[in-house]
Amino acid sequence: MKVKVISRSTDEFTRERSQDLQRVYHNYDPNLRPQEKAVEYVRALTAAKLEKIFARPFIGALDGHRDGISCMAKNPNYLKGFFSGSMDGDIRLWDIANRRTVCQYSGHQGAVRGLTVSTDGRILVSCGTDCTVKLWNVPVATLTDSDDSTDNSSEPLAVYVWKNSFWAVDHQWEGDLFATAGAQVDIWNHNRSQPINSFQWGTDTVISVRFNPAEPNVLATTASDRSITLYDLRMSSPARKVIMRTKSNSISWNPMEPMNFTAANEDCNCYSYDSRKLDEAKCVHMGHESAVMDIDYSPTGREFVTGSYDRTIRIFQYNGGRSREIYHTKRMQRVFCVKFSCDASYVISGSDDTNLRLWKAKASEQLGVLHPREQRKHAYHEAVKNRYKHLPEIKRIVRHRHLPKPIYKAASLRRTMMEAERRKAERRKAHSAPGSIVTEPVRKRRIIKEVE
Amino acid sequence: MGAKEENGDGGGIRPPIEQEISKELDTNMKKYLRGEGANLEILKDKKLKGQLALREELYGKSAKAAAKVEKWLMPSEGGYLEAEGVEKTWQIKQEAIAREVDILSSRNQYDIVLPELGPYTLDFTSSGRYMAAAGRKGHLAVVDMKNMNLIKEIQVRETVRDVVFLHNELFFAAAQKKYPYIYNRDGTELHCLKEHGAVLKLQFLRNHFLLVSINKFGQLRYQDVTMGEIVGNFRTGLGRTDVMRVNPFNGVVSLGHSGGTVTMWKPTTAAPLIKMLCHQGPVSALAFHPNGHLMATSGKECKIKIWDLRKYEVLQTLPGHAKTLDFSQKGLLAVGTGSFVQILGDFSGSHNYSRYMGNSMVKGYQIGKVSFRPYEDVLGIGHSMGWSSILVPGSGEPNFDSWVANPFETSKQRREKEVRSLLDKLPPETIMLNPSKIGTVREAKKKEKPTKQEREAEMEAAVEAVKGFVWKNKTKGRNKPSKKAKKKQELVAKAKRPFLDQQLKGEQSLSTKKQKLSEEVELPASLQRFARKKPTA
Repeated sequence: MKVKVISRSTDEFTRERSQDLQRVYHNYDPNLRPQEKAVEYVRALTAAKLEKIFARPFIGALDGHRDGISCMAKNPNYLKGFFSGSMDGDIRLWDIANRRTVCQYSGHQGAVRGLTVSTDGRILVSCGTDCTVKLWNVPVATLTDSDDSTDNSSEPLAVYVWKNSFWAVDHQWEGDLFATAGAQVDIWNHNRSQPINSFQWGTDTVISVRFNPAEPNVLATTASDRSITLYDLRMSSPARKVIMRTKSNSISWNPMEPMNFTAANEDCNCYSYDSRKLDEAKCVHMGHESAVMDIDYSPTGREFVTGSYDRTIRIFQYNGGRSREIYHTKRMQRVFCVKFSCDASYVISGSDDTNLRLWKAKASEQLGVLHPREQRKHAYHEAVKNRYKHLPEIKRIVRHRHLPKPIYKAASLRRTMMEAERRKAERRKAHSAPGSIVTEPVRKRRIIKEVE
Repeated sequence: MGAKEENGDGGGIRPPIEQEISKELDTNMKKYLRGEGANLEILKDKKLKGQLALREELYGKSAKAAAKVEKWLMPSEGGYLEAEGVEKTWQIKQEAIAREVDILSSRNQYDIVLPELGPYTLDFTSSGRYMAAAGRKGHLAVVDMKNMNLIKEIQVRETVRDVVFLHNELFFAAAQKKYPYIYNRDGTELHCLKEHGAVLKLQFLRNHFLLVSINKFGQLRYQDVTMGEIVGNFRTGLGRTDVMRVNPFNGVVSLGHSGGTVTMWKPTTAAPLIKMLCHQGPVSALAFHPNGHLMATSGKECKIKIWDLRKYEVLQTLPGHAKTLDFSQKGLLAVGTGSFVQILGDFSGSHNYSRYMGNSMVKGYQIGKVSFRPYEDVLGIGHSMGWSSILVPGSGEPNFDSWVANPFETSKQRREKEVRSLLDKLPPETIMLNPSKIGTVREAKKKEKPTKQEREAEMEAAVEAVKGFVWKNKTKGRNKPSKKAKKKQELVAKAKRPFLDQQLKGEQSLSTKKQKLSEEVELPASLQRFARKKPTA
């Protein structure tokens, strides 16, 4: 007879000394865990509630400017340095971590319309309504500098005066050319006082310009004739243009998928395009109640932040139609510019009330260095919440955001109006001969035509 | 040289040992995959399809990792009993087993004789470390089974019919003569649960923290032991019964009645979920397999039936009496009658239970309850002269998971586990027959037309509502009774109108259908042109 019985010796299963860790044994057999789905559901519910408890996205406001902020720039080489320009010509370099002004550049006569930093992070280019482009020196941050609290103003390295006022400026990601937008698109070199090249298509002002992160010679611009134009510096004329129904205020290229860009439009939507195929938008991002003023992609390429005239900031997913997050404050008025920080953790917004505001990109994120156990716990909560986020109770908690009353009312009004339009179009179609009315997909609807 | 060749062949032909291992892992993986994968071919949404395909791949990877852990990282191995030669396993006696086995395990086989204090019932905690024993004459004891330490024993001087541990070894509930009481490990009485009445059987639902009781009048009560609220209170309507068991797979409580029916209950509905006629005589015992698919019932007509709970069909009928039944973690079934315990096992995998072991106790001992000890190859038997424990190789799960149930728990770990299990406490609404339905899509119900009776009932209800209306006493001569009566008639007619309209519509459509049909049937083909046409104006 062969017989064996389960026998566990206590030494093998308990620790020897109190300094040792307790022994943990795993058996992943589902039979040991009855009703595991219900337990997961309860954990998802708790995780959703905890996320709401810890959702405090606003970190602080940086005040100092004396007029509304019109543009911002981030320094690609230095995580903490952000530049902001205001409507009275004041440009400041901020230390985001300490929320102080490091350096102040004054000199512009009118509003500063565009700011950009060169590839090596040493030179700041600014342009404004006073028809000038100014190049400034960016102080290199050393240990001694960060203790100083004196705002030292400096003289511009160079001032280039040109024929008409400028609306935007952007620098190449790799290179030493920068482009300004005004009556036409001008390409400048740091050392020349005149643009080395000029592009024009039509007679309308160009209001924003952005270089492609991967292709140094490709740039996109928006103009007040409701178009988005793509240029290639190696060709002598602009490459392609798509005309929409309303004007786009700003563009941002996706840094991880550089053939895609998203345009922030006046009709409260953002349109993502594939630059190779401009006849149809890749995705329409809806959510804002008023014109979208600025847009910036996160360095992960997975989400972007938009600031709008309706006093809110929304964070969208790169392929999602609805916003993941909405930030608002009673004191924040019209948002004119937003930037995603280079470590994808923070969002900085500049608004009409002369303040820059610092927000967390993930509202309930725990900042600082996390213990690996904490990281795993957060990852588990995310995963279990994502698994059950379609169930009604959890969906209700995860989706819920408090909106200030004017925005809430504006949103429901807009919803009613769009619903009414949709219903009318549906009825028109239903009561006409089949095939005589063709509904265009939303992605095509706002585009008038594409021009070579 | 040979090693290099093997490495080079990684993609192509593998050595036979590796192939065997991968086949074994594949069969084990099925357990961890928990069912079939989703059919993604029917999806038209490309984005969703891509996301779901990624998820399915991740599930496959995690199942593979779990199968590998099971194969290589488990600390203990299960027990077994194999007979050699002509000998059969059920002929092997406990003494023979005790001789062959090591000292620590042979200590698990003993007889505790306590003749004056009545038949004993037992309950084990979920980790199998602690045992609560209750003698009918009022003896309550909590024993630490690792060291055979008696932690506390009290004499309550009342009839005790049942005892059950709550979520910990710190608390246990005893069903005493008039009410159930909850005691601490130190023997202090914490609560007297007056609402339950004279309870015959108690059970505890661990994930939901619900204490279930069935009392002398056949009333089933669910009480939440964390906050003390009575979650459900039902009159079963089928009389007094003391056969009650919780199905650990889905948390459903089932009762066996004296008419041979087995009913299954959940705390949120007053009517039983399932009512099945199992036996021709009263049901005497009930047990559930831990995987939730099998149920064993025994009736007083000397039959033991094994049921499949997915189809509610009998899988096997065995002859024999059974005063008590219990399934072990590995699926062995213990049957106790008189002073004989028989253990049946399913060795072919086809739900065919056959004799595995047997143990005959001293003639005078009347077995009251058998209970397998979790995570050990031990069967606890409570009988009229005390309690005993015998070795049953192969009945317990050899590898425990520290975060589910840890027999070597320290007090710190116990406290942590208590807090975590309270955070994971399931609401009573999650108890359902098929617990994997949570998170799935509910099927769209087809709208049925209300039957004639229902429509009439609705009409009656509407008329009653109108008639029950209280009239305002108007003054200045406007309160004439004739006017009131007329108004009332009008209102009743108005309430009835929608129902009558519906009826008319239905009848019209029926009559037109009938007409069309009848006309087409009556006249032959050549006379069709003389069929009645609609009269022109």
